[in-house]
Amino acid sequence: MIRTKILLGILFFMQGSTLLANGEPTAADAMFTVNNTWMLISTFLVFIMHLGFASLEAGLTQSKNTVNILFKNVSIIAIGILTYAICGFNLMYPGEFNGYFGFAGFGITSPIGSAGLIDYADGAYTYFTDFIFQAMFAATAATIVSGAVAERIKLSSFLIFSTVYVAIIYPVAGSWKWGAGWLDQLGFYDFAGSTLVHSVGGWAALVGAILVGSRIGKYGQNGRIKPILGHNMPLATIGVFLLWFGWYGFNGGSVLSADPGGVSLVFVTTTLAAAAGIIGAMITSWYVSKKPDLSMILNGSLAGLVGITAGADVISPMNSVLVGFIAGVIVVLSVIQLDKLKIDDPVGAISVHLICGIWGTLAVGVFSAEHSLSVQALGVVAYGLFCLIGSALIFTVLKYSIGLRVSEDEEIIGLDIGEHDMESYAGFQIFTVE
Amino acid sequence: MKLIIAIIQPEELPAVKEELLKRNIYKFTITNARGQGKEIPVQEVYRGISHEITLLKKVRLEVAVNDEFVDAVVEAVTIVAKKDGDKGRGKVFILPIDDCIRLRTGERGSEAIG
Repeated sequence: MIRTKILLGILFFMQGSTLLANGEPTAADAMFTVNNTWMLISTFLVFIMHLGFASLEAGLTQSKNTVNILFKNVSIIAIGILTYAICGFNLMYPGEFNGYFGFAGFGITSPIGSAGLIDYADGAYTYFTDFIFQAMFAATAATIVSGAVAERIKLSSFLIFSTVYVAIIYPVAGSWKWGAGWLDQLGFYDFAGSTLVHSVGGWAALVGAILVGSRIGKYGQNGRIKPILGHNMPLATIGVFLLWFGWYGFNGGSVLSADPGGVSLVFVTTTLAAAAGIIGAMITSWYVSKKPDLSMILNGSLAGLVGITAGADVISPMNSVLVGFIAGVIVVLSVIQLDKLKIDDPVGAISVHLICGIWGTLAVGVFSAEHSLSVQALGVVAYGLFCLIGSALIFTVLKYSIGLRVSEDEEIIGLDIGEHDMESYAGFQIFTVE
Repeated sequence: MKLIIAIIQPEELPAVKEELLKRNIYKFTITNARGQGKEIPVQEVYRGISHEITLLKKVRLEVAVNDEFVDAVVEAVTIVAKKDGDKGRGKVFILPIDDCIRLRTGERGSEAIG
């Protein structure tokens, strides 16, 4: 009891200037503080997902490209957050608009006084919390592309693509649902972004992987597929656990308050789906490949997480197991199928984020009585077309201007040396001190 | 003086080392090596695609000894190698050594090797 009082005291102290202005804090002030604190915790949980992506992508690619893949992941979070502050937030949440495209102006400015604080979202969070939570999501969508085009895309082209995509395509697409646009009016549902974040990133990953082409040596004569092994499975595993950890903020924060019932249900569905995704991928990969593949069950847990993201608050716990399990099966079959189609995705980003994002969005229509499968399907198609056209446009312009791919020589030597003149593991192989 | 180079299976290294020590041979060097022998290529699976591994992991063992120890070294290596099956287990090469210098003392020849 005393401990609770001290804790509340600290919380009030943190936001004391605004709360105590009118004298004694009320119960509403206390709830506001708790809600807002949970939203900020969720924000930094989503932040840690970027370390997860960086680790996973580094682990599933070759050691000669590690500096490059990490460089991209670090750049992306900067690009994502800065563009979101400059224009993304106001494109995604333009306030009153025609439902398709709206823009509330450059930069971010909090409404003055309680309008930017307790009254901003009925005591759930402040204006700035809203911005920073959403900014972390924006950066996530851009990161998804990085893995699919890894080991052969030119750094400059990738950075330009990401900037344009996350500054314009992602927020405009997001406004259709989360900004109360036309799909929201139709009743389309996407709780935390199976479509709005994962598929939006996934479509760009698909277009990127096709337009940039496969890595040298991946596809031989007469349809022979030669795997290019990831160089660090422990790192990939760390990445997946970090992503799962961060997902508690991604989904848990998408409740948009600390509502005990809502957040705890979302935690349960999220966890069950991730666990079921692992089992689904395990059984499928064991059956298809005769041996259970670690990288596949890593993808399986992410598949379950992406799958449940659209309906984490409206799908029952037992159905979330089914959603996750099916996602785990789908992701393994999809990884193998994409390889047969010669779409080279070193980390399985397209299968995890696009294919399972679509599945998760449709699953809301299947497992939730309040939502219609046809509207969910319409949303998938609408986002698909918009993102395909948007990303194809940007990638094509880049392809015929500065080029998408590094030279053949550079690809063979590795992008670490080619793009950065730097090694990831200097001194690891030869026992020498210089 | 002879240099004995043995290409052995990695899993046999601990036993070979033990056999060498038993025979009072304390000085040797090992390196990781990859090589292709007569064995059928090994199949590995990565993300649903199986592929052949032809260059397999081996250990390269180098021992420099005076002539009277050559048989002991060869015995230490061969006693460990499995003889069953048709899978190759490696090879031993014996080369003459012109000279040998111990860096700390500058001793040469048989003295330096022992």
